[in-house]
Amino acid sequence: MASADTPPPGYGEGDNPLERVRAMMQWTPQGKALGFEVTKLDGTRVSGRAPYKPELIGDPETRVIAGGVITTFLDQLCGMAAVLAMREPATVATIDIRIDYMRPAEPDRDVLAEAQCYKIGKNVAFVRAVAFEESADNPIAHAAAAFMINTQRPMGANLREKKR
Amino acid sequence: MTPQERVTAALARIPYAGFLGVRAELKGDELTLVLPFKDHLVGNPLLPALHGGVVGALMELTAITQLAIASKSERFAKTIDIGVDYLRSGRPTDTYARARVIKIGRRIANVQAEAWQNERGQPIAAMHGHFLVAEEGASAA
Repeated sequence: MASADTPPPGYGEGDNPLERVRAMMQWTPQGKALGFEVTKLDGTRVSGRAPYKPELIGDPETRVIAGGVITTFLDQLCGMAAVLAMREPATVATIDIRIDYMRPAEPDRDVLAEAQCYKIGKNVAFVRAVAFEESADNPIAHAAAAFMINTQRPMGANLREKKR
Repeated sequence: MTPQERVTAALARIPYAGFLGVRAELKGDELTLVLPFKDHLVGNPLLPALHGGVVGALMELTAITQLAIASKSERFAKTIDIGVDYLRSGRPTDTYARARVIKIGRRIANVQAEAWQNERGQPIAAMHGHFLVAEEGASAA
């Protein structure tokens, strides 16, 4: 993890939008640890992949991936869709996310997802996402999330003493 | 086995709990899950802040584990839906979560959970969710 004196590589930098969101994914230690990838951009729609890994299993009997991995994946992809919808990329913070789990993910298969920012204002972005293996018509989970835009907090803000 | 040993063993069987590095502390029938800070749990390295998904996952894990204790079941319930409200940025320090089972019905349970760091009265996130309490031999959905 980068600390305040070693800034991470530029957030949202890159020559084309796909490179920019890929850089954003690599910028997030947890996204990197889970092996998330960005696979496609289509307007304000972002597609990604969460690879199946035995260490992410949530139910040892069925070998199904943990719900928490899907939560993190959808939160991450939704956040990226929010950033993509901006003219000037800024960081975002999740206000809330609601996830419906329609069925367990299939074991030994990667989870794919698509996220789309359907409304962005000055302060808040609204995003929906769906996770699946093959097609969004057979979903594993749906998410609806709201993000606060441009959280102008200085680097290392969370390392300082808390204001009361 | 003591109840503490049972819950520790149940969590040890979940690979993802090991990936996060979660451990359980049981006082009576009240469970606290502890998530020690690790660099790979960070979502925003500038601040740095914990990934929201990790905090959500911690609360969900707390909810299903507390539910297993409350329903005296060896099996974990399946998540139907969760709603997570983020209240404060998660700092690079240890995080705790507790869950309260609001109602266990015949098929569905309603559970609320909260996560905090240094101060119990200043939660960083709250969750509410519905879980399918598996009936013997029944399948999800």
